[in-house]
Amino acid sequence: MSAERKSNQIVRYEPATRINHWIVAISFVLLALSGLALFHPALFWLTDLFGGGSWTRILHPFIGLVMAIMFALLAAKLWRENAMQPRDWQWLRQFKDVVNKREEAVADVGKYNGGQKLLFYTIVLCIIGLLLSGIVIWRAYFAVYFPVELIRFASLLHAFCGFVLICAIIVHIYAAIWVKGSVRAMTRGTVSYGWAWKHHRAWFREVTKGSQK
Amino acid sequence: MALQSLDIIRRSATTLPEPQARGAHAGQVAKLIDVSKCIGCKACQVACMEWNDLRDEVGTCEGSYTNPPDLSDESWTLMRFAEYENPKGDLEWLIRKDGCMHCADPGCLKACPSPGAIVQYANGIVDFHEENCIGCGYCVTGCPFNVPRISKKDNKAYKCTLCSDRVAVGLEPACVKTCPTGAITFGSKEDMQQHAAERIVDLKSRGFEQAGLYDPAGVGGTHVMYVLQHADQPQLYSGLPANPKISAMVGLWKGISKPLGLLAILATAAAGFFHYIGIGPNEADAADEEAAQRELEKTP
Repeated sequence: MSAERKSNQIVRYEPATRINHWIVAISFVLLALSGLALFHPALFWLTDLFGGGSWTRILHPFIGLVMAIMFALLAAKLWRENAMQPRDWQWLRQFKDVVNKREEAVADVGKYNGGQKLLFYTIVLCIIGLLLSGIVIWRAYFAVYFPVELIRFASLLHAFCGFVLICAIIVHIYAAIWVKGSVRAMTRGTVSYGWAWKHHRAWFREVTKGSQK
Repeated sequence: MALQSLDIIRRSATTLPEPQARGAHAGQVAKLIDVSKCIGCKACQVACMEWNDLRDEVGTCEGSYTNPPDLSDESWTLMRFAEYENPKGDLEWLIRKDGCMHCADPGCLKACPSPGAIVQYANGIVDFHEENCIGCGYCVTGCPFNVPRISKKDNKAYKCTLCSDRVAVGLEPACVKTCPTGAITFGSKEDMQQHAAERIVDLKSRGFEQAGLYDPAGVGGTHVMYVLQHADQPQLYSGLPANPKISAMVGLWKGISKPLGLLAILATAAAGFFHYIGIGPNEADAADEEAAQRELEKTP
């Protein structure tokens, strides 16, 4: 920690968490591309990225399993830090101030703000929905065990959860681009004191407590 | 499997219309299966195997004459034998030749995500083009009649082609050609409807008050039709659905949700982009770093 303190950096994500996150992220990108390819004819050309339609159909569910398992590990690690607290609801009520860069008007934020936590739960629900419905519609191995009405429902649910997840991740990626210094937290692991103080003040106080010179 | 693209009026996973110049001006085709004339000889199953070069596994007896037990990638038509005890207490042997119904509004084609894997010809035949099939099984999900089967050998979908290759050169389907009782007939859909009407008059005169034509409107009509002795109870015929239509869930999944979903995804990305352009990045600047330092020095 001492080296980081000298350069005024706080560790936000340990290497294991970063690697875990990026495995999930890469799987997600592959899944979104291959899923969209089969969702809308206008995007069928995306199957070329995977070696054609059949290969897209073969690979997609296996990549899905990788994402589900890796996300389960990540979610387990981040679960407690994402418990909603009263100040998070307050943050959400002041959402307008946040998007207009009036963060000083908003209550102090812990490691994650209300928006990040809601996004977290959205992703958890979507991935559970995708995993369960994905197994039901996995024609090569499992679909034969389910009645057709359930397969129809699962197909619809899979598309819906995929859609919500893609929108949620667009918000997630945009927030990381918008709030400068966030990407560094997930690539290098650290954030500056100023970043933590500005965006996650309660967390800043928590991690710097008793570590002053 | 004739591949004359000008004959194709609808193609799976394709958003623009197909060539429209050529139509079926002599009328669309239909196969009429008169269940009341069927003796269950299975010549149609054999003719189908012969013409299409299919040799399904020889199955085992499961207590009825139905063999193989179900449609498969190598059995595109199947005689289903049902024993029905009518209200008078008499046994009726209801033998239905099962297979693709060639719907005017095909659920398989609607559900298929692979461009050109399922096509509909101007004459009404719905055909699978296995070279474009990716094996996802969405056609099985979309079909209201439980017809398509995915091969365990190659993961492609198969079903009755209505002998589209024979029909394309002016021949009738193999099953029609072989049927020894004339229970299966083939011609223009109008002619088949007319022929069915005559058969229904005859059946009614013999006491089958509810005799009728099975050409379900829920799927826009079909290009394989049945004359049924009990048209009011199609489910007697080994579970023939009474009101088949594309499931509302498939309709939603493959209908409005596709453009709306894509639009909403694009809108979400656009909202982010314009937010960035309008509001600018959210940066922790030198003042924030100083404030953080001040606070650190202040606290014990």
